[in-house]
Amino acid sequence: MNYKVLIIDDEPLARSIVKECMEQHPQLQLMEECSNGFEGVKAIQQHQPDLIFLDIQMPKITGFEMLELIEEPPHVIFTTAFDEYAMQAFEANAVDYLLKPFSQQRFDKAINKWMELNRAEAKIPTEHLLKEAARHPVQNERVVVKTGTRIKIIPVQEIHYLEAADDYVKIYTAEGSFLKKQTMGYFEEILRTSLFVRTHRSYMVNIQQITRIDPYEKENHVAVLRSGVKIPVSRAGYPKLKTMLGL
Amino acid sequence: MIPFTISWFVWICVHQLALYQMGLDWFSAMTDSIISNTLLIYVSMLLITIFRFHLPRKQGFFNLFIWVVLLTIGWFFMNEWVTGFFLKNNPAYQSLMKNTWPLRIATAFLINGCVSLIGYAYYNWKEHNETEKQRTEAEKLTRDAELYKLRQQLQPHFLFNALNSINALIGSRPAEARTMVQQLSEFLRTTLKKEEQQWVKLEEEIHSLQLYLEIEKVRFGNRLETHIEINTEAMKLQLPALLLQPLVENAIKFGLYDTTGETLIKLKADAENGQLAITVENPFDTETASAQKGTGFGLNSVQRRLFLLCGRNDLLQTEAKENIFITKVLIPQPGTTEHPL
Repeated sequence: MNYKVLIIDDEPLARSIVKECMEQHPQLQLMEECSNGFEGVKAIQQHQPDLIFLDIQMPKITGFEMLELIEEPPHVIFTTAFDEYAMQAFEANAVDYLLKPFSQQRFDKAINKWMELNRAEAKIPTEHLLKEAARHPVQNERVVVKTGTRIKIIPVQEIHYLEAADDYVKIYTAEGSFLKKQTMGYFEEILRTSLFVRTHRSYMVNIQQITRIDPYEKENHVAVLRSGVKIPVSRAGYPKLKTMLGL
Repeated sequence: MIPFTISWFVWICVHQLALYQMGLDWFSAMTDSIISNTLLIYVSMLLITIFRFHLPRKQGFFNLFIWVVLLTIGWFFMNEWVTGFFLKNNPAYQSLMKNTWPLRIATAFLINGCVSLIGYAYYNWKEHNETEKQRTEAEKLTRDAELYKLRQQLQPHFLFNALNSINALIGSRPAEARTMVQQLSEFLRTTLKKEEQQWVKLEEEIHSLQLYLEIEKVRFGNRLETHIEINTEAMKLQLPALLLQPLVENAIKFGLYDTTGETLIKLKADAENGQLAITVENPFDTETASAQKGTGFGLNSVQRRLFLLCGRNDLLQTEAKENIFITKVLIPQPGTTEHPL
């Protein structure tokens, strides 16, 4: 049986060494080499690979951010030089990670591990892995979303507010809204607590966008944003908002 | 000590002369002067000894005052008692004593007061000096440690990636692998050597920077291009060791990781009013860069080092012009008016 494989790494030499190691495993069929996350997303959609070798630090979007954009990410073996944060994050969750420079033996071991997982049809908790990875402090500075075929990087301070929408979260910015398949709890965890406050079960607001807070019906409030949008503030959310604004 | 002894001797003579003027005979005047002043010396010494071991704090000054009063009174009676042995049968002396005792006490009190003030000032100054010295020493230690740490921080990522590239080259292009090993070794060697130095000439830094850039170019292939332009005058100027590389490293990271295409890094060095001015330019994506408004670790550490070495926070400046990010660093030269520590 043949497996479809992609290599995603911005350094040509780093890709060539993975290719070289793959020669020992004829069942692995290299579909494409990608030099950044954008190409990676496209290639994954096109080839539906069984396994990807993924670098973390790449131009524009990191390997983690790229995975976030894919509905059902393939199995991942990370290849990275040295990344102390990421190490902690995916140690327990990725199929494997290869620290550059790695040996053929180490590469074989990773492939064997993956083959075994495949045989056992064990579900690899990629989602969990991503959640862990998102705690990486650098990543919290921005959110990567996909609109159609375009990939958009939104710096967190440019987010006005977030709204829960079924399995998605709607991210509102000055340019419009973007959908991301995530939970509010996830955003509550990754976004800086000094900037965002969850005012309501379904809303999270960037406090820099708030111009005033009005009472609404009895015992409830709304936060009015600069854009004029009114965000519901629940009874539980009101005291949180007040402390955040230093009232 | 000598001026102190002389002035004390003069004081004894003056005292003696004063008594003589008041109608005492030489012997009585001398005896009284020597006894009373010697006793006064003991009292003063006692006061100074107290200060050596114990400096009164704010609330202690009242206690000090009481001490001076008590010692002065004690001195007076002691003096009375001792002079009694020699001059008991001298009616002229006895009557003089009766008339002048308030004056004596007042004078002695003044002298003791002055001595304690001087002693206090002296020991206070000494203590202050000592703590000051300790503080500067402690500060220097932390600064050294911090500088050391800042210089250490940049290596691992670069090193492992370079090794990975070499690993890849060994199979396909062994000659290039060999060149890269040599470049990496030389780069590491110069870096290690510089760990011990604070200030180096720009030419030396440029040499190791070029090694660094060669290695990075192998890693990133044709995505990385560099342009270096250095004024010959600037070549002779100095800069803190290992400051230039993080600057360029930051530009490369910023440039290469913020764009997917080719990246041109420009480095310019000039002499500006005797100071070394270094400018590094890299492209960035205006749309996504606001997330990276912070200068990133690389520049923070450069700024911190410049502050620790030169005591100024305004030496590193950044600006964005269209899609070019410009980092400018001014380096005051050691030994000039704005001399670094």
